[in-house]
Amino acid sequence: MFAFIIRRLFLLPLVFFGVTIFIVLLMQLLSPYQRAAAYAQTENQARNLDALIERYGLNDPWYMQYGRWLSNVAQGNLGYSRTSSEPVLKTIRKRFPPTLELAFFAMIPVIGTGIWLGTAAALNRDKLIDHITRILSIIGWSLPTFVLGIWLLVIFYGGLGWLEPGRISTNYVIELASGGIKQYTGVLTLDSLLNGRFDIFLNAVKHLILPVITLSVISSAQIMRVMRSSLLDALSQDYVRTARAKGLQEDIVNLKHARRNALIPVITLAGFTLVGLINGVVITETIFNYPGLGQWSAQAAVNLDYAAVLGFAVFTAIAVVLGNLLVDIMYGIIDPRIRYN
Amino acid sequence: MATALKSMQQEEVLAKRPQGWWQSKAMKRFRRNPLAIVGLLIVFGFFLLALLAPLITTPGRSCLRDLGLSASTAGDAQNPTKAAFWKLMFAAPFESTPYYACYSTPRTSFSPIPQPPAESKTLLGTTSNGYDIYYGIIWGTRTAFFIGVVVVGSGLLIGIIIGSIAGYFGGWIDNALMRFLDVIFSLPGIVIAMVIITVLGNNLINIVIALAATQWAGYARFLRGDILRVKELDFVSSAKALGARNAGVIFKHVLPNSISSLVIIASLDIGSVVLGAAALSFLGLGVPLGFADWGQMINFARNWILGPPGKPFAYWFVSFWPGLAITFFVMGWNLLGDAVRDVLDPRSNT
Repeated sequence: MFAFIIRRLFLLPLVFFGVTIFIVLLMQLLSPYQRAAAYAQTENQARNLDALIERYGLNDPWYMQYGRWLSNVAQGNLGYSRTSSEPVLKTIRKRFPPTLELAFFAMIPVIGTGIWLGTAAALNRDKLIDHITRILSIIGWSLPTFVLGIWLLVIFYGGLGWLEPGRISTNYVIELASGGIKQYTGVLTLDSLLNGRFDIFLNAVKHLILPVITLSVISSAQIMRVMRSSLLDALSQDYVRTARAKGLQEDIVNLKHARRNALIPVITLAGFTLVGLINGVVITETIFNYPGLGQWSAQAAVNLDYAAVLGFAVFTAIAVVLGNLLVDIMYGIIDPRIRYN
Repeated sequence: MATALKSMQQEEVLAKRPQGWWQSKAMKRFRRNPLAIVGLLIVFGFFLLALLAPLITTPGRSCLRDLGLSASTAGDAQNPTKAAFWKLMFAAPFESTPYYACYSTPRTSFSPIPQPPAESKTLLGTTSNGYDIYYGIIWGTRTAFFIGVVVVGSGLLIGIIIGSIAGYFGGWIDNALMRFLDVIFSLPGIVIAMVIITVLGNNLINIVIALAATQWAGYARFLRGDILRVKELDFVSSAKALGARNAGVIFKHVLPNSISSLVIIASLDIGSVVLGAAALSFLGLGVPLGFADWGQMINFARNWILGPPGKPFAYWFVSFWPGLAITFFVMGWNLLGDAVRDVLDPRSNT
């Protein structure tokens, strides 16, 4: 197991160089002038693009530009993001906690409703709950993130006025910005509880409801479907019949013998879900004006913010590799037959 | 005598075989699955909408001009006996082609505020700046099919080439290609697509490039795995024992075997590809402004979530109709794909 983890971690440098070289090469398709325009901040600079090209070495061959970027990264400098008007590393550090918060809360319905409803559907095959679950999963699976997000906003924000986009109500924004509560982690729901401010906690949770639904519906539906079919598969296995024949209680057979085995394909899917969640985060945060990494990256891509896009791509790629490693480790825990040698 | 006997046996065997593909076990399973039929009907319905777009919409002014029609002869565009109808029928969505303007949604007014059907005299209302929602949805179906088919097709082509190189050569070539795939799989597709579109610019071709850039990787891995699996099967070893060369075995036996199921599985990705394209359009990284496209219309809707005071749901139609179109499109492909995968799965072949 340990050797396996080490071997998988060797993938990280590969992914790092692969992703960054890919993006740097892609950027070379733009002329130096177009790229220099991205660096220009004042009108004077924009008029004198040649000076900028000279200064940032935009005419050098790509490997020299890449080497410069690498040596900066080695010194802990990921560059400056024009989109957020601050260094990339600082932006990632600031915007990662909100994104993590969103993703964490989204995992609750994904795992909860996905596994729970999937189990209920399989155990009550062809009964009412099975049919309802299947219809729900077909709808949820087909509703695009951006359509669902907009519809939820039209209903609950525009129509009923119950919930609103953003991360926190405007009356708390100033208090937060002026350091009204101590930010231990940057995760607002956690920080507000640590400060004993239940009003801020409730406000933050209220703002999370719509984005969490939007982000989790597709993944929940997929997990539900896979859970149902793999549990049906497991229930028809010989060892389940044997367990029943031994006189074990129905619940123990269902949950311990069948469901535990049925979880294996679900975990495989969870690995894919991680990548899907990152795609979803970009769109969800954009719709709900939620100040996380996804919103920033979408703006950065539109603004041709070279350093920000590189930083975000590297960050997500590493997160995906680590996430998949975690999934593989969970395999080993759930299924003792799997050995990594 | 001996040959006559042999051919009679053959005939008997042939007579016992099920009649054609419609009677095959797989088709029977498919036909018995109501969800599969619903999916097929939805996809077919969208296909009809795309095909008949010239008949069921009235072209805008610039489209009429490019077709060489005036206001008095505008009816020709919907008349199958006239040349203009067929020009419209085969209009291509590229800027360089003559009837490109027909893919632009006509504007009924310059009103900055979305107008409901009655006010704008259109079937489903208009978005901000007067873009006709009905026209956008119908011609957007053509855009969707175009993007889906071209992206999956080019992804398949690249995937088959890379996958068969990896599976055939093996060794370090396979290893290098697979590590390259690892890199692609660890990047969320939307990030790669965003970067490519930002660099290359917003137009339909670049959307296709941006989506195909990641689409091929899954096909390459599938094909490579299948080649490795089939290589170990008995019929390949017997072909080798009979003296067939490695290359001959791969191209005659292994590849045709693997590619047919890959093509079927890949064609069902059209729904998710269209979803990806719409997501890009939604982020403002899609087709040019005014191009008939579902994602762009939903992007317009972002500014019309709040109604005017006292009428909270006033602009519901801006997000509702395009959202419904794309949801049903994706649902049709999902249902169809699910059923076909079920039929293809050898474990469920009972």
